[in-house]
Amino acid sequence: MADVAANTTHDEHARPGFFTRWFLSTNHKDIGILYLFVAGALGLISVMMTVYMRMELMNPGVQYMCLENLDAGVLSNLTARAAEDCTPNGHLWNVMITYHGVLMMFFVVIPALFGGFGNYFMPLMIGAPDMAFPRMNNLSFWMYVAGSSLGVASLFAPGGNNQLGSGVGWVLYAPLSTSEGGISMDLAIFAVHVSGASSILGAINMITTFLNMRAPGMTLHKTPLFAWSILVTAFLILLSLPVLAGAITMLLTDRNFGTCFFDPSCGGDPVLYQHLLWFFGHPEVYMIIVPGFGIISHVIATFSRKPIFGYLPMVYAMIAIGVLGFVVWAHHMYTVGMSTTQQSYFMLATMVIAVPTGVKIFSWIATMWGGSIEFKTPMLWAFGFLFLFTVGGVTGVVLSQAPLDRAYHDTYYVVAHFHYVMSLGAVFCIFAGVYYWIGKMSGRQYPEWAGQLHFWAMFIGANITFFPQHFLGMQGMPRRYIDYNEAFATWNYVSSIGAFITFASFVFFIGVVFYTLKFGKRVTSNNYWNEYADTLEWTLPCPPPEHTFETLPTPDMWDKHHH
Amino acid sequence: MAHAKNHDYHILSPSPWPLVGAISAFVMLFGAVLWISPQLQSNQPWVFLIGLAGVLYTMYAWWSDVVEEAQQGDHTPVVKIGLRYAVILFITSEVFFFVAWFWSFFKHALYPMDGVWPPEGIHTFDPWHLPLINTLILLCSGAAATWAHHAIAHDNDRKALVQGLTLAVLLGVLFTIFQVYEYSHAEFGFSGNIYGPNFFMATGFHGFHVIIGTIFLAVCLFRALKGHFTPEAHIGFEAAAWYWHFVDVVWLFLFAAVYIWGG
Repeated sequence: MADVAANTTHDEHARPGFFTRWFLSTNHKDIGILYLFVAGALGLISVMMTVYMRMELMNPGVQYMCLENLDAGVLSNLTARAAEDCTPNGHLWNVMITYHGVLMMFFVVIPALFGGFGNYFMPLMIGAPDMAFPRMNNLSFWMYVAGSSLGVASLFAPGGNNQLGSGVGWVLYAPLSTSEGGISMDLAIFAVHVSGASSILGAINMITTFLNMRAPGMTLHKTPLFAWSILVTAFLILLSLPVLAGAITMLLTDRNFGTCFFDPSCGGDPVLYQHLLWFFGHPEVYMIIVPGFGIISHVIATFSRKPIFGYLPMVYAMIAIGVLGFVVWAHHMYTVGMSTTQQSYFMLATMVIAVPTGVKIFSWIATMWGGSIEFKTPMLWAFGFLFLFTVGGVTGVVLSQAPLDRAYHDTYYVVAHFHYVMSLGAVFCIFAGVYYWIGKMSGRQYPEWAGQLHFWAMFIGANITFFPQHFLGMQGMPRRYIDYNEAFATWNYVSSIGAFITFASFVFFIGVVFYTLKFGKRVTSNNYWNEYADTLEWTLPCPPPEHTFETLPTPDMWDKHHH
Repeated sequence: MAHAKNHDYHILSPSPWPLVGAISAFVMLFGAVLWISPQLQSNQPWVFLIGLAGVLYTMYAWWSDVVEEAQQGDHTPVVKIGLRYAVILFITSEVFFFVAWFWSFFKHALYPMDGVWPPEGIHTFDPWHLPLINTLILLCSGAAATWAHHAIAHDNDRKALVQGLTLAVLLGVLFTIFQVYEYSHAEFGFSGNIYGPNFFMATGFHGFHVIIGTIFLAVCLFRALKGHFTPEAHIGFEAAAWYWHFVDVVWLFLFAAVYIWGG
């Protein structure tokens, strides 16, 4: 780094200066940390939107999102109004659900798990000195920032109903998305284009790193499960995001150049958009959860003090989930008027996914069976994940039934289902990863009591939020409405209380992170858990030096059975 | 590099291009909305053009760095394997981009909303005139690229490399000229019907890829003239050739499905 302004540190290598290190980086660990922080910041924005929505839904009638507030300043949106001074502002509500979804789906969970932990730990686990293309890695990160910026610009740009922002839902279904006024929708489309390009470049990088840079002797069947999970995720991204890019380009030309891909008045078909969107959208939900599978496997093995049960079935289950993820998309669209044959196919194919998923769940349970289980914070999150993901998986099997879906489609039952697998499943994986690895990444350990308090507050809060939504859905409450019948009042009230508890726990978590980074107890050993944390990152100092594995690791460093 | 590295992987120094490129992409796309949206009072291309200039400059500067690194010998055998993986994966993602356009085309052609395809009143191109000639042009161009590849890889014949590449580039340019000529004689519009969007977006994105591929080959021609390629080290050209063959294959599908079957 002779050409770079350098500070001398205790490292044997000179660290680059602040701007060079964080803006011009070619270092997978620094880029991973950047991903985690930006995803966390966008996550906070997205969570605040949900708190606002739950405030509105706490009681029947509309109290906060009123048209009268448009002229009364932004803060007036936070004061409750009596029914007679409030004309409901449905657009604001729609904007909230849209951006909450878009942020979570594209800009929070995948960047944290795939961009953050994937970048930081996949190369370490396979003993690679960096990513295959360190410079392109930084392009992925900055294009993610550019995409997020376009997304935020879209929120404040003129949109539908002569207000700001788009209110068409994260799926951007035509004809809503093709007919909404303003330029907000166009900016949102480009935001997704850019973040998609960022993810595709990231996927190419991850796959190449995985295939080409594993440590000597680390054959595919010996590669750690988290690295495998990143490979499967990368393939899902590589093969599905380009299709979405095509679909939203059609939206763009329908909006701006008068084409009619999705406009029936001149021969187009809005259902085509749904097919294209869900051909991406179903793999997308596996992109969100599969890296989590990898993290959970390591956490459960570590804190059960046992090697993971059924390593190979775990690998092939992830691959099977990835492959099946591409052939089930239309179960999101049972009600569009498909033939019974098509519905039967998609129903059967969807239920098949429960088999590899079951392999994973039972293997995690079998890992714990007879283990010497230690309930440190990461294990609590993993345990919470197992329970919640199973609940979400079971309601998923219910929803896979085309006849039942007739009743549940677009109700709160669906909302409860996908928040159990994503908001509770995938997000719990992120927290498991943060507590498992924060000592490794920062060199300082979190206070155990704080991690446990965060877990219990969030576990209780999230369950109070989402469990009642199953009841609301079964009672027929439709999703995506600003208001509801008074019959649904009780469980909505409970759900909102849960959301506030969850939000409080999230704010507490932010405090825990900053406390840890500043005042946390210094980590002195390379492996601060136990010998079952046996992947290569545990052979490195905390935090690892700027360049790791400058001499490639030998098999005895990671393979217990080597001798 | 002050530190000792005992492996053949490529560790890079910090680089400004990712940041500059991402900022340029933001400006370009924000500018694109300002330029194209019919919702705005007036449309100006300037912001878009500034962003585009930034993106193009980033590409130029970044790839110049890559060429320089290649000349320094940073592309060890294992790095070359990685580069090949990356090109194959990139082309795979491109294939799936075309899946979207073929999906739309087949949906509308197999299940037209009005029951007929091509839609009534649409006069399509005769596939056995200009489209057939263009097919032959593109196939010949692919053959020329392969000739050039053989010349450098097996015979170390730089003269044949340059001749083959020159021919491939010229045929690529000819294809684009014929395609523009064909577009200008279309008897259907881009908007107001369902045939036009499917035809123009599918063949148009292909045409855009032909232009990119032609530029890629032209850069390789320029590098061949400067003597950058040897039988052992010509991965940039290999990538261009793979990309060119991919563009060829997409065209064959377009010719068979859109021009012959769907016309």
